[in-house]
Amino acid sequence: MIAELGLGLLWLAAGLAVLQFFLGANALRMKGRPDLGLAIQPVAIAQGLLAGLSFLALIYLFFVSDMSVKLVAANSHSEKPLLYKISGAWGNHEGSMLLWVTILSLAGGAIALVERRIREDTLIATLMAQGLIALGFYAFLLFSSNPFERLNPSPPEGNGLNPLLQDPGLAFHPPTLYLGYVGLSVVFSFAVGALLTRDVGPAFARAMRPWVLGAWAFLTIGITAGSYWAYYELGWGGWWFWDPVENASLMPWLAATALLHSVTVLATRDSLRAWTVMLAVVAFSMSMVGTFLVRSGILTSVHAFAVDPERGSFILALLLLYIGGALALFALRISTVREGAQFEPVSREAALVLNNLLLTVILGVVLIGTLYPIVAQAMGQQISIGPPYFNPAAGSVALLLILAMAAGPLLRWRRDGFALLVRRLAVPVALGLGVLIAVRIAAPDIGTLSWLGLSTAAVAGAASIAPLWKRSLKRTPLFTWGMVVAHFGVAVALAGMAADTAFMKERLVAVAEGGEAEVGPFKVRLNAVTPVIGPNWTALEARIEARRGDGTPVVLRPQARHYMDPPTDTSEAAITTLIDGQLYVVLGKVNEDGRWQLRLWWKPWVTLIWFGGILIALGGILALVGRLWRERRLPKRDDQ
Amino acid sequence: MMRKILLWAPLMVFALFLGVFLRGLHVPENTTITSKMVGKVVPDFALPAAVSSHPALTSDDLKQGKPILLNIFASWCLPCIAEAPVLEELKRQGVEIHGIAIRDTPEDVGDFLTQHGDPYARIGSDVSSQVQISLGSSGVPESFVVDGRGVVRLQHIGDIRKEDITKILAALEDAK
Repeated sequence: MIAELGLGLLWLAAGLAVLQFFLGANALRMKGRPDLGLAIQPVAIAQGLLAGLSFLALIYLFFVSDMSVKLVAANSHSEKPLLYKISGAWGNHEGSMLLWVTILSLAGGAIALVERRIREDTLIATLMAQGLIALGFYAFLLFSSNPFERLNPSPPEGNGLNPLLQDPGLAFHPPTLYLGYVGLSVVFSFAVGALLTRDVGPAFARAMRPWVLGAWAFLTIGITAGSYWAYYELGWGGWWFWDPVENASLMPWLAATALLHSVTVLATRDSLRAWTVMLAVVAFSMSMVGTFLVRSGILTSVHAFAVDPERGSFILALLLLYIGGALALFALRISTVREGAQFEPVSREAALVLNNLLLTVILGVVLIGTLYPIVAQAMGQQISIGPPYFNPAAGSVALLLILAMAAGPLLRWRRDGFALLVRRLAVPVALGLGVLIAVRIAAPDIGTLSWLGLSTAAVAGAASIAPLWKRSLKRTPLFTWGMVVAHFGVAVALAGMAADTAFMKERLVAVAEGGEAEVGPFKVRLNAVTPVIGPNWTALEARIEARRGDGTPVVLRPQARHYMDPPTDTSEAAITTLIDGQLYVVLGKVNEDGRWQLRLWWKPWVTLIWFGGILIALGGILALVGRLWRERRLPKRDDQ
Repeated sequence: MMRKILLWAPLMVFALFLGVFLRGLHVPENTTITSKMVGKVVPDFALPAAVSSHPALTSDDLKQGKPILLNIFASWCLPCIAEAPVLEELKRQGVEIHGIAIRDTPEDVGDFLTQHGDPYARIGSDVSSQVQISLGSSGVPESFVVDGRGVVRLQHIGDIRKEDITKILAALEDAK
């Protein structure tokens, strides 16, 4: 019954999305009748509630393990721990699409409920766009990915969940990324709404900004968590592989980062109108392109979703409708938007324009690298593109970007002096030069990007806290703290990346039981290798003692696991986190002479990468809260 | 005028991507990469017997006028265990299979054959992977379909699974 109820609710929600679209379209056509148009608000709220209830129905089906539902039978098992039963609801294609549309509709409802500052007609147009987007995804669910489909006869037991996905990190990784993607859909709707009513100005920017900040913070968390998961679960010792799916989440993040900065220019100085609207469209386009790349199976990747060309074509049709429509609207309407305020070449605005340009270049580099294999394949060639292209191309531009990031916050709006900027940057630059000289003397043979990265991190780290200098910390607004924390996080993450690349020690050794090896400052002793048995796997587990100098030894237990069904070999890396880095051990095969292959990494300061990521997200959240707090007293539409 | 064109440029770029995606969706995915070895004669080699129960293997054994399945395996390799029943099935269907054991000892190979079945006519022992590398193989298991004149017709990377049987038999048939 519950499955039918869930499906019914989904159809009802889709019906309301149709109503939402036509109410909006009608209101925009007959401009004098706002009362009927405002009926769109309760409709949007009801649509959000229905979608939410439908998702709850799916969670309930997974909770009680109703095996007569195809999706539950295919992805769950009655003996699974509760957390994985529930996360199983979105650990698959259909359920994750339902989660997507649920968040989308709830966000639409939230706009209808709380947004009171933009013009009434812009609000109606925004909700209309949001309804249209939701409608496309409802159609996708109902016609090609029904999560509530029954299975007759129903099996006594389910198939279980892929062992790699039974991980607490993975229970939360997709919802976080989705919150980010969907937040960008709201931003997109705002942009379309503002284009339709020619209302591109500071009020629109202020209404859009919290959504940009929120989406961006969630994307940051999602990417950081995904990177750490790949690092410890795949056992390859790397934290970023330029895999298409990683790129699919990085590209919307890059666009959102650019948007985050340009929207502030629009809100504060009423400049960059057309560009901000364009970025809002691009940011959501990148989320859609990412979804398409992942779900259509057009690119080979470590993320294996159920691949289906029909679904691919469906998402492609949605892409055409939304992105094509928005870009056409942009071309038709943007010339009627008045040009915004002007600014001088040395000013905060100019620095933010530079930030946007550099971010766009990186976005282009990543986009081209990700899509090039598809283009080549269409021409009958098989190519894969990896770090040798991405690292130097994206890395060098990123360093420039981070230098610009160091200077930007120290500039005044509208006009500033170059000499003044040089004086404000003197201390950070001196620090950076110091690091540069020290690194070149102490470690002359590390790669160019590494030493440039370390010095840039020093400049950016020092410069990022400079806005707090000689300022009452108590009186500093929360969103300024947010900026400082996020920028400092960028410097921290960069330092981690550069230090790991520069000073990482990697060794592949063959050690007999009782034998020793060295990696970096550590002496590693292989005590014993013993077989262990898990619920659905067997493994060989090594007991390894690592000791630095005369310090206390730490014990690591890497495993080489063999899963029975389906037969898969995985290696479970053992990682020890110390203050100044991580020791990472993978157990390999045994040689014919009885010695075990061990892959050892000493990764100095590698944890800074994810710590920096968390700081960046935290900065976003601080800025979001700070903005909402500051703007709560701005005049509402009804008072104007 | 220039500004007009610029405004439509994003849409044009997007349309271009869309076209590529559409094309990409309908190109059937090709997961088998054609090996550089296909069409070439196997390099000359002479390997000692890997186990006393089987004769040794030289490149001349691959040039006896009859298509052969050359299987590179090792007793320490897990996928090779998974592959063993499929090789047995191929042997039942009349395929002649020669093996090359990589970095192995006679005892281990003997144990492997008694435990997991023995489809091989000859097995050479390649202790240092020299022959494996000269054949353009980088891992175990790997298999080659070689025609009666020693020319490689097919290189199969990874274990041969049940669903690959028809492909292997067809390649052997073509090699006649």
